[in-house]
Parts: sequence; C-alpha cells; structure tokens
Amino acid sequence: MKITEKEVRYVAELANLNLSEAEVHKFQADLDEILGHVERLNEIDTTGVEPMAQVLYAAGDTATWRADSERPPLGTDIALANAPQPGAGYFKVPKVIER
Amino acid sequence: MDIRSLTIGQVRDGLLARRFSAVELAQESLRFAEAHNPATDAYLRFSPERALSAAARVDEKIARGDDPGPLAGVPVAVKDVILTKGLRTTCGSKLLADYVPPYDATAIARLEQAGGVILGKTNCDEFAMGSSTENSAFGPVRNPLAPDRVPGGSSGGSAAAVAQGTTVVALGSDTGGSIRQPASFCGVVGVTPTYGRVSRFGLTAFASSLDHIGPLARTVRDAAVLLRVIAGRDPLDATSAEAPVPDYTQSMDGNVQGLKLGLPREYLKDLTSESGDLIAAGVETLRKLGCEVREISLPAADYAIGCYYIIATAEASSNLARYDGVRYTFRSEASGTLSDMYRHTRGEGFGAECKRRIMLGTYVLSAGYYDAYYLKAQKVRALIARDFARAFAEVDAIVAPVSPFPAFKLGEKIDDPLAMYLSDIYTITGSLAGIPCMSVPCGKTAEGLPVGMQILAKHFDEPTMFRLADAFERARAN
Repeated sequence: MKITEKEVRYVAELANLNLSEAEVHKFQADLDEILGHVERLNEIDTTGVEPMAQVLYAAGDTATWRADSERPPLGTDIALANAPQPGAGYFKVPKVIER
Repeated sequence: MDIRSLTIGQVRDGLLARRFSAVELAQESLRFAEAHNPATDAYLRFSPERALSAAARVDEKIARGDDPGPLAGVPVAVKDVILTKGLRTTCGSKLLADYVPPYDATAIARLEQAGGVILGKTNCDEFAMGSSTENSAFGPVRNPLAPDRVPGGSSGGSAAAVAQGTTVVALGSDTGGSIRQPASFCGVVGVTPTYGRVSRFGLTAFASSLDHIGPLARTVRDAAVLLRVIAGRDPLDATSAEAPVPDYTQSMDGNVQGLKLGLPREYLKDLTSESGDLIAAGVETLRKLGCEVREISLPAADYAIGCYYIIATAEASSNLARYDGVRYTFRSEASGTLSDMYRHTRGEGFGAECKRRIMLGTYVLSAGYYDAYYLKAQKVRALIARDFARAFAEVDAIVAPVSPFPAFKLGEKIDDPLAMYLSDIYTITGSLAGIPCMSVPCGKTAEGLPVGMQILAKHFDEPTMFRLADAFERARAN
C-alpha cells in the first residue's frame, strides 16, 4: 500500500480540505492506484539530469524584465466586489482568537 | 448563408460586400445558438449585450471605411476559465458560481480589439481538470455528433459549440490535452501553441508551467487567424514570449513536398484498431503529398503520464489554495474558526476530481516526498523535452494520434480516474515539452465518431505545423 487512510487525513489537513468518511475511503483507494502507476518513474535513470524548472530556457535571463513603473490598481471597491463578506473596505473572516 | 459552416473569411466577405451587417450576424448567431444549445449544453450562458455592442462597433468601422480588424464580426465562444470583465466566469465550479471578473484576459481584449464578437461562455471540467467535461458542477456536455457520448475535455463546451455550428471559432485552454482531445472527439481543429506564445493573463491558473490558451475552429485557416490575433508578448504575463508573431496563413501554400515527418513508434502500440487505421491512412495521405515519413523514438514517453500527474497536480494544489472562502464569492455556511471556514468552504465547494488532484498534489509536495516525486518528475520532464529536441534534429514535424480511442460514452470512465488519466497519453508529452501541437480531423469510425490526427512541431514553429495541417485538410477535402 502506497498511502494509508491516516496519511489521507493528514494530507487533507495540509490542503485545508474537509473530507467525509466516504471521501477518505475513496481517495485512499484512488491515490493508492495512481501512486502505484507513478512509481514507474523509478525505472528511468535520471542520474545527472537537471530538473526542468523552466519550460523555455532559450529565453535570456532578463528577457522578461519590465520597467518598475506605477500602474493604477483595481481599487478597493472593485477588489472587494466578489468577497463573500466585505466590510469597511476589508475582507471579513470569522474570529481567529476567542476573547 | 448557412450559419453552421461559416468561416472567418466568409464573415469578412459578407460584411465587406454588405450582404449582412455584424449586428445582424450577431443576432442570428445568438438566436441559432440559444435555440440549439439544449441539444449539447455546450454554452453555460450567453452574452447578448456584449456581443451586440461589439458587433455595432464593427459596423461603425465598416461604415466609416476603417479596417474592421481580422476577426471583424466573427462569433467567438469562450471557455469559462478565461476571464471576461463583467461577464460571469465560473470555471465549471460551484466555488465560482457567482464570480464576476473585474478585468478581461489579454486574449479576450485582443480578440475584441480585432473585431471578434463574444457570444457566450462554454462549459468545461471544473478548473479544466478532466478529459470528458463530466467534471463540471453545472452538468455535462453532450457530443453534437453522438449525444450519448462525451465531447472530450476539458474544453468540451468550446469544441462542441464549434462542431455544432453555434459559433464560428472558440477559445479553449490546454494543460495536458484539453484543446486537442475535445477537438479530436468533436471533429474540429484545435491548437495548443508553443508555451508562452499566448498570454495567460486572465486565464484561471491550473498548472502554470503547462497552461496554454488556444483556438478551436472548423478550418485550419480559421485557427491560424485566431491564434495570430491572440498571440504575442504581454507585459502582464512574464512568461509570454518576445518572439515576433508571423502571419501563419502565409505558410499555408499547400506545398509539403520533401517535408520530413516523424512517426513515434511508442505512440502506435495502444491504439484501438479503428483509430489506428484512420491515423495510418492519414499518414499515407501525407506521404502521397510528398512528405518523407520515418519512424522515430521518444523513449521517455512511457513515463509521461506519471510525470504529468505529479507536476500538474503539485502546481494545481498550490494554485487552488486561493479558493478559501475569503475573496472569491463562495463561503461555507458552517460556523467555527477561520481554519474551519477554510476547510468547510473547500470541502463543500470543490468537486471530486479537483479534490483528488489537490490531495495528490499536496501529497507529492509534502515533507519527505518532494525529492521522490516532484524533483524526479521534473527530471523526467527534461528527458521528455530532450527526446523531442533529438527528434526535431531529424524531422520537421511529428505526426501522432490524439487519443487512443474516439469519444466514449457519458459515464463510461468517470468512476475510474486512473483510466481517465491514461487516456491523455498522446497529448501530454507535447504539453510537457512546451512545443506547439494541434489536432486536425482525420476521418470517422464506422459509427461516425471523429478521429483527430496530432501534428507537433518545434518551439515557435507553428508555421510548419499549420502548413502541414492545411495541406492535409485540403487533401482530405478533395
């Protein structure tokens, strides 16, 4: 087994995902099968291979630099327009600390 | 005028000859699309006000004698992961059901600047994660050629709309095959350009090192015209390329004599016989046009699925972290602390496939697993890119299948995620290498299901890709 239900619950915590018991069972089985397939990567020798962190390395290091100039921002009203709970120019969230 | 088969060129000729106005065409297109949408549910919503005002601007330009632009009056459908200012953009997710973007994607701004008329937003797999469009929170799309079958995915709504004739062209997005595979399943042309060719500003991020915006169309020429409009450097996307954008139609002269084509032997073993026969017949057509076809090898291709589903899910788990109930419309009603709010919002908001990929991506990036999974996958990705670089030292383009099989039945694969992932085998390698690839119609099975042929070329060599696709399309028409 590649992944246990305990690990599934731990990963869900890391990902801030509330999962039902049924989802924990299902994802344990799904992830186990997928990780089993992914294990095949160990068959291929990657000794001395640089990881591909950039897709188009042909571009020079400074190709995407831009002038550090001012641009008008969206503005508070527009930025808050999709907020589930805006208030006084801010995003409101539940209490973090109980008094 | 048959609205279902209109091309960009026909729209332009009709407008300039004053056979119809852009507003008349937009009205008729909207009427037709709204009437026929229930057969496929390709569109999630229409944008009549936006379409009619864009069309009116085109008519004004024509009346003044100004150039109305290369997409003058052309109806366009837009995948619902691409932001449209003031026009609801849901990404096929319950989480964004009410999200109204405050700005336009650069591709949207460019196509409207060029005279394009956006008819509406098309359905897709949630956050573009899927190969069938069954992962949309708003229900599936049906294939216009076979209503009991999927249109492919994730850009299934865009492909279905083009195939059904409810738009002339469409925009899709492609991370591992999400333009090419639905284009193949619906019998239309779909193009994934070189990584960085089209700005992703305003494309909802799924896997940033793999995401592309690209065109879907009924003809190779229309796809080429639309790509030229949306391509090019954009200061708002640091990954967009500086390379100049050619007029792709210039290369489409029908002459492919002496072009060297590679046929990857690793791609030909898992095909269903009918799809394989159609690809073989397509290759024979190219040979008759004067192409030199030789077998090539892409040895790392066998590891592409594992590599892709590590890199794409790792990036997705990070990109989707922003949907936490604070900024983007949906928040769980469940009470509790801030941390509870995050967890409930995400647990209730995301569908099963997004959760599965967030879980996989979080797992492969978690402490102790990074080197074994993510770093290993990045090295394998380098080997896949190296395979292509070697192949392109010998050949001008690569010809391959798009999918191991034609459109499958709705519900057939939804309960087997690994089988669904494995069906992306032929499209994923090109995505990992960042090279331009496209699907061009190659024929139909005995049941009438379309099969697409994939053409892949070197970085920024879209001209060769389009030249070959156009010659193939012409040969098939004769």
